[in-house]
This record gives sequence, C-alpha cells and structure tokens, in this order.
Amino acid sequence: MTEQTASTQETEVIAKLDAFAELPDAPPKRKFRLTWIGYSSVAVVVFWLLICIIGPSIAPFHEMDMDGDDSFLSYGDAEYSKDGGFLTNEYGTFYLGTDYLGRDTLSRVIYGARNTIGISLAATLIAYLMGITLGILAAVKGGWIDMGISRVNDAILALPTIMLGLIVIAALGSSIPVLIATAAVIYATSVFRIARALGQDIIVQDYVEAAATRGESTWWIIRAEVLPNAAMPLATDFGLRLVFVVLFISSLSFLGLGVQPPASDWGSMVRENLQGLTYGSWAAIWPALAIASFTIAINLIVDDISAKSGGSLAKKMV
Amino acid sequence: MGIGLATLWVVSVIVFVATSILPGDVAQIILGQAATPDTLAALRAELGLDQPGYIRYFSWLGNMMTGDLGISKAGGATISSLIGGRIGNTMMMAGLVAVISIPISVALGLWAAMHPGTMLDRIVTFGTLSLISVPEFFIATVAVLILAVNLHWLPSTAYMTGDETFVQLMKALAMPLITLVIVVSAQMIRMTRAGILNVMSSPYIEMAILKGVPRGRIILRHAFFNAIGPIINVIALNLAYLVSGVVIVETIFAYPGLAKLMIDGVQTRDLPLVQACAMIFCGTYVVLILIADVGSILANPRLRSPK
Repeated sequence: MTEQTASTQETEVIAKLDAFAELPDAPPKRKFRLTWIGYSSVAVVVFWLLICIIGPSIAPFHEMDMDGDDSFLSYGDAEYSKDGGFLTNEYGTFYLGTDYLGRDTLSRVIYGARNTIGISLAATLIAYLMGITLGILAAVKGGWIDMGISRVNDAILALPTIMLGLIVIAALGSSIPVLIATAAVIYATSVFRIARALGQDIIVQDYVEAAATRGESTWWIIRAEVLPNAAMPLATDFGLRLVFVVLFISSLSFLGLGVQPPASDWGSMVRENLQGLTYGSWAAIWPALAIASFTIAINLIVDDISAKSGGSLAKKMV
Repeated sequence: MGIGLATLWVVSVIVFVATSILPGDVAQIILGQAATPDTLAALRAELGLDQPGYIRYFSWLGNMMTGDLGISKAGGATISSLIGGRIGNTMMMAGLVAVISIPISVALGLWAAMHPGTMLDRIVTFGTLSLISVPEFFIATVAVLILAVNLHWLPSTAYMTGDETFVQLMKALAMPLITLVIVVSAQMIRMTRAGILNVMSSPYIEMAILKGVPRGRIILRHAFFNAIGPIINVIALNLAYLVSGVVIVETIFAYPGLAKLMIDGVQTRDLPLVQACAMIFCGTYVVLILIADVGSILANPRLRSPK
C-alpha cells in the first residue's frame, strides 16, 4: 500500500466521522471551557508536575548539601550580602536563603516536590485501583459481597484519617512504602463509597438491562457500560482525593512521622524550620506555600469543572 | 444508641487489630538491640504476647471498660494518670473553639448567602476554599509569623506550667485558638452558605420571592429555620474534624494536651498509650457524628420514619 492510498483512506474515515457528527442525534462533543482562574490553576499544577520530573537536574544544590555559610539566612540579611541582594558564596547563590542546617531552601523545595507529590500520587492511584475495583464489584454483584465490603468500609470511614495513620505508624514505624500503603487503604474507603454509588446508579439503567438481555458477560457490561459512564465523576473526584492525600502525608511528615530526614519533603521542611520563624527566616514559609499553591490550584480546577456540570458532581463528592 | 455502641465496638477492634496484630513485635521494639531469644520469650510472656490475639483483645477491652488503661512503657506511670493530667487541657481548648467559631461561621455563612454573587460573597467563598485546601500547620505557621514574629503580640508557644494568672493563660491559649477557629470556621461557613442556598431553591421560597418579600426577610424567616437541621449537622461534623486539627495544633504550639501525649507515644512507640489515646479520640469522633445524625433527624421530621 502506498502512502497516497493510506492518506486517502484516512481522509475518507475522517469525512465519515464528520458526517456522523453532523447527524442531529449525534452526542454533543464534551467541551472544557474553564474560567481564567481554572486555566491558571492548571498552569500551577502542570508547573509542579514538571518540577517533580526534572527537579533534580535544575536544582542549584543537592537536597542534602550543607553549603550555606550559616543557618536560617534569608534574602537581604545585611551581614551576608552587602548590597541587600541574594546570598552568594563560593558554592553558588541561595535564592530563597538557607534552612536550619545551612542547606539551600530552593533546592530542598524542588527535591521535596518529588517526595510529597510522588508519594501522594502513588497512594491516590492505588487507592483508586482498590476503591473502584471493590466498589464496582460490590455494585454489580450485590448480595453478601456488597454487605461484607460495605460494613468493613463503613467502620474504617467512621474514624478520623489522621488517627488511623498514627495508629499504623505507631505499630509499624514510618517508611515510604508504609506511608503509601496506609494512605492508599484509608482513602480507598471513600473512593469505594463513590464508585459503589455510581455503579448502583448505572447498573439499573435500561441500557445495562438491554446488554444483559442481549447475553453480554458481566465483565463486558462493566467495561463497556459502567466504567465509561462512571469515568467523568471519578476523574473529578481524583483531584479532590489527591488534595486530601497531600494534606494527610504532609501532616504526618509535619508531625515527624512521615518522610524521614535527611530526605526533603514539604511537610517535614515546615517542621524543621519552624524555630527559624522567630529570627525572621522564611525557610518554613516556602514549603508551606508550595503545598498551599498545589492544593488550592487543584481545588479551584475541580470547583470550576463541577460548576460547569451544574453542581451535581460536587454534591456527590462531599 | 445501639448503633453508636456497635460502632464504638468496631472502632475498638480496628484500633486493637491495627496496633497488635500487624507485624511488628512489641517485645522486639522494647528490647531493641539487647534482644536475645531468651529475653524476648520472657518479655513476651510477661506482656501476655504469647497468648492468641483474641484473648489479648478481650482482656484489653475488659481492662479498658473498668478504667484500667494499663501502664505506659516510658517511665512506667499508669496511663490513666498521664491522660488525666492532659485531657482537661484538650477539652478546654475544644470547648473554647466551639464557643467562638459556631456563632462566627453561622453569621458569616448567612451573610454570604444573603448576597450571592456579589464581590463580598466571592471573597468569602474563595477565602474559605483556600483555607480548607491548605494544611492546618500552614495556617498556624502564618499566624505565628504575623502575630508573634512581626507584631510581637502573642507568644509563639502555648507552654503552660499550671499556675498562670487568667491573663497569662488566655495569652498562651490565644494562638492555638486562633488557628483552630480559622480551620474549623472555614468549612462551617461554606457548608452553612451551601445549606441556605439549597433551601433558597425550593418552591416555597420562590413563592415568597414572587410575593415580593424582601430578600433579607426571606432568609431570616423562611430559609434559616428550614436550614437549621443541616446546619446542626454541619456543626457537629466540624467539631469532629476538630479532632485531627487538635493533633497538629497541639504539636506546633507545644500545648500540653492529649494529642501531644499521643504523638509522643507514637514517636517512642508506646503502644498501650497510643491505643488508649486513639480510643478516646475515635470515641469522641463517633459520638459527635452520632449527635449530628440525631440532630438532623430531630430537625427534619420526615427522616423519622423510613421511606
């Protein structure tokens, strides 16, 4: 087959699709029109995800280098920079000052993005896998499977998340796999509840009944009917859940029970540098701002999307 | 009531299972490097760890029922005496937060709902959304930066010796109180506003609008009373969220409360202490959520009989 015919075939297919789109009963194309707040929030989130990926290669120092002349230096300290500009010594420039051990705050914020966002993303993804699998299973199968999973789920949901985290860490000690697993199990409970509710909504629809009558297998129904219809609400909820997990992980780190030093993590950086606040150092503020910008941005995006879909999403997700 | 007791029992099972049956041997932790097979076996027997899990669970539950919380591993003091010294401080803080934040948030929520779409409403909505999406320690850090470091109004820790004058006590408490009030109010304002606006979309409100009743009067006379049920629910739920806020705030301000005790317990891996504190916190949480359910049933007669 020559290239010519391949491309003609392609255009033909496209033309057919276009014709289909013009039919009066064609499903309307989903359009995402965010407000400017939504777009700038997307930019913030993309920025932090990029930092996660390329962070170590653009950070001026390594997260564990103690290259600063003193601890808790900040912008404009008269003794260390005569012209009131950024601090500089023979190793480089400390744009955001140094922390309690004389490490570069900017580099630690950049490295910390990996730990904080990476752990949270991993935990949320696992929570989603578990929650959706069990939730859809419970909705489709019903009966005692549904009863059993739901009761256990309710019991875990009835506890404050931070308490569950503390209990598990008291028993197991803290390490990154333990953190991810704990957060994943705790937040899988709320994913389960949403997935089950959505599944139950969908499973009683006429088109599912039609598919069942047609003799389609359970797996086919789940894959072709239930999942695509549940995808949109679940995707929006993913953002919210990610915010909760980031807050959970960084709160634990802040308590000294999450990511262990000397690795950098936004929550533990705030804790380590809290003492410096009294001397006017901003070393504790930068990582706190980093968390805030990430979580607020995600929340604003979700807010924007759910405002567009008539607020019905927001109600389901509380 | 029956449901509440059942939930509490399930909570006790979870707390016990999570701490005891997960891998991680208490005897090993206590002995650390000094562990030999003989000393390990001896200590396990002493702690009752050689017995099967369900026997340990029931003896633990029985002891807790009779008020015997066991002995802390660090220092050997009884856990009841440790908790007794701290629980008053935590209760006082939580009580004060509730007294301050409930009127503020109901008033602000109402006010925002009265003027939907205006600049003020948008500021309140955006502000509270930002506040609920940042961690508690962020708010605490900023509060310290502004009030203690820049303005020198308040001390940055809430350390108490127990013989302060009233003014000193209030000064020490102010910072944690401000933080917690902000955290809890933000959520309550949002939910109050949403609750009122939800009621505002019902047919009888539309009727009142068409009749020409002024908006302020509609909200205060028609919408508010019908939104009381959801609002009570919101208040109780948020006081339950206070449980996790307290953990962070007590740590950051070194406030000698129950949560600080628990965190110290987690750090030294003092499992009996952690179990006892977790039971108190989770119990309070379950009770508050139960109150929320009862409150909404009382406020809405339609919920009293099943559909």
